[in-house]
Amino acid sequence: MSERILLGHGGGGTLMQQLIDTELRPLLPNPGAPLHDAARLHLPHGRLAFCTDGYVVQPLEFPGGNIGRLAVIGTANDLAMAGARPLHLSLGLILEEGLELTVLRRLLASVGEAARECGVQVVTGDTKVVERGKADGAFLTTSGIGLLEVEEPIDPGAIEAGDQLVVSGDLGRHGMAILAARHGLDLQPPLESDCAPLWPLVKQLLERGVRPHCLRDLTRGGLASALHELATARGVELRIAEERIPVAARVARSAELLGLDPLQLANEGRFVAVVAAANLEATLAVLEPGGGTWIGAVERGAGRVLLRTPFGSERLLIPPSGELLPRIC
Amino acid sequence: MAPDLLVPCKVPTASPATVADLVAELAAITTRPWTLMEVCGGQTHAILRWGLDQLLPPSLRLIHGPGCPVCVTPAATLDAAMALAQRPEVILCSYGDMLRVPGSGAANLLTVRAGGADVRLLTSPLQALELARAHPQRQVVFLAVGFETTAPATALLARRTLALGLANLSILTAHVRVAPAMETLLEPDRSDGTPTEVQGFLAAGHVCSVIGTGELKELVANRGLPVVVTGFEPVDLLRGVVTCVRLLEQGAPRLENAYPQVVREEGNPVARALLAEVFAVVDQPWRGFGVVRGGGLALQGPWAALEARRRFGLPDPHDHPTTSSSRPGCPSSPPAGASGPIDGPMDGPINAPAADPCIAAAILRGRALPTQCTAFGSACTPEHPLGAPMVSSEGVCAAYQRYRHTPTPP
Repeated sequence: MSERILLGHGGGGTLMQQLIDTELRPLLPNPGAPLHDAARLHLPHGRLAFCTDGYVVQPLEFPGGNIGRLAVIGTANDLAMAGARPLHLSLGLILEEGLELTVLRRLLASVGEAARECGVQVVTGDTKVVERGKADGAFLTTSGIGLLEVEEPIDPGAIEAGDQLVVSGDLGRHGMAILAARHGLDLQPPLESDCAPLWPLVKQLLERGVRPHCLRDLTRGGLASALHELATARGVELRIAEERIPVAARVARSAELLGLDPLQLANEGRFVAVVAAANLEATLAVLEPGGGTWIGAVERGAGRVLLRTPFGSERLLIPPSGELLPRIC
Repeated sequence: MAPDLLVPCKVPTASPATVADLVAELAAITTRPWTLMEVCGGQTHAILRWGLDQLLPPSLRLIHGPGCPVCVTPAATLDAAMALAQRPEVILCSYGDMLRVPGSGAANLLTVRAGGADVRLLTSPLQALELARAHPQRQVVFLAVGFETTAPATALLARRTLALGLANLSILTAHVRVAPAMETLLEPDRSDGTPTEVQGFLAAGHVCSVIGTGELKELVANRGLPVVVTGFEPVDLLRGVVTCVRLLEQGAPRLENAYPQVVREEGNPVARALLAEVFAVVDQPWRGFGVVRGGGLALQGPWAALEARRRFGLPDPHDHPTTSSSRPGCPSSPPAGASGPIDGPMDGPINAPAADPCIAAAILRGRALPTQCTAFGSACTPEHPLGAPMVSSEGVCAAYQRYRHTPTPP
């Protein structure tokens, strides 16, 4: 096999068959079984969650992960945020002609590894190759099916005044790792993405009897976007204490250097839990060992997020308005 | 993960206790109403971000200066950058903030990029050298903006470009000088002749770390008002405010350095020498201001050939060097911008029909607050900006939009 992806790898002929047999089939739960157009799934009885996501991150590989790992964990985490145990994934690959095969192998190895970590099976997939210049190395899409483990809906509609807000760990590592790589900020040692499965933490919460009113992973737009979405969706005021929000010193310094707000940086292994006050202690017992902490509470009010500074003054926390761009001076 | 790695949200160089002490000191020494202007957009953002204005005595007012280089870059410069970017041979590169700012129309460098232009984002001007070497068949144009903080790096780029003999790299220069603009701000307002309200300046610490304090001493001598070199962290800012109020209360118009850990009287001699070598001081249009005497920098001598306007035959706003004898990085005599008519395009609202309510020009001159604008937060938002101060992340309107809230009615 050649060392780079050719248009022929997506052409439906022998090249494509070779690619599927050597690189993709090993990802399937039963690699030896004959391939068919659709996977047959045996699902436990119950209600299901279903979600989909596209992954276009640059660079394809970054400290602490790559687009393959991200594509599995991101979708598995979306299921977890609905209170669903991730079960099955589809994997769509859109590859750019000329992508090095060694890179593709590393991405797919990470897909396999991340799937094992999340306890999900990649059961179906698709591969396309587009001309050089028509894609940025590789785009991945994954869809996921999960089994809902709680009866009550976990969504913004369930948020009530008096609920408490807990983040599962320190913020901004993934966004900063990506931006550092993209802007040639040579951090030594490199800052690693926080990309990690969230279902294990959600499962522990449920096992301890916590019934979260809402869970939200802190991906694009970070804590600022996530809280803003929750506040506006439910029409409540979220009040958070700045000094409670954990950010690694290296993330804070790098963000300061680029003129970015760590609270607007993406995370791929962090979430905020909105829980009834009665569930706060149990929530902290699960999340504190991983760096989680209480950051604030929900009050009646007009869909917005208010942040109290360490000096006692207050300001709005709003989502970023588009692409995060470093400032000038 | 080790817990000692974590900090609350931002590198805390200020303990709440120190801030509380400074706030108490300020309350104790303030006996009259005073109006101070913080010059730099970074300071404005820090004040709003940390809510420091909420901690001041009610009689003390901070008004916000024009210190956002993105906001004061004339629309014509952005139009030139976009025109160049649309030439197939050109790679147009600049700092991230510049990409969002529209020129005289609705387009900005991001929308031009979406339309197929090759627009790149740099974090250091020297990355333009790498681009030029990597693409010998293309013309790399660096849109150089910023105060004296970023100008030395542009000077370094110009020197290296000539030294390496790179024929495919040019510079679209839009550097501005802060001291002449401070002089201009003290003039009666150009729109209605009202006198300035500024009684003391908090000068931009980062600019002073380059140019030193010489130009500011002249400002104090000429205008008889206190100027305090001030930093950007909560404690630095409050120290600047305390120092300035103390000088006002004492009736002592002096220059004080409240940021001595960073700023020396002589500034950064290496950077100043670079500026003086590569740039000439010129009269320059500022968005919202008109032409500011001595308010800009233009490539001079052998480096003038690197000016992108010259290379591509575009009109040059710096037709003549300033009438003042100042040199970049050096005290000027007579002070630039101190006298003489200021004219040129007002260049205020962008994206705006003639009847637009945008008061960006008055806001940039410290004559109005964003909250006095009827468009603020409704017709004008970061997603649909009417004026440059809403576009730039260092702009005053963006700071109000981002951090300010009105208290909930009881």
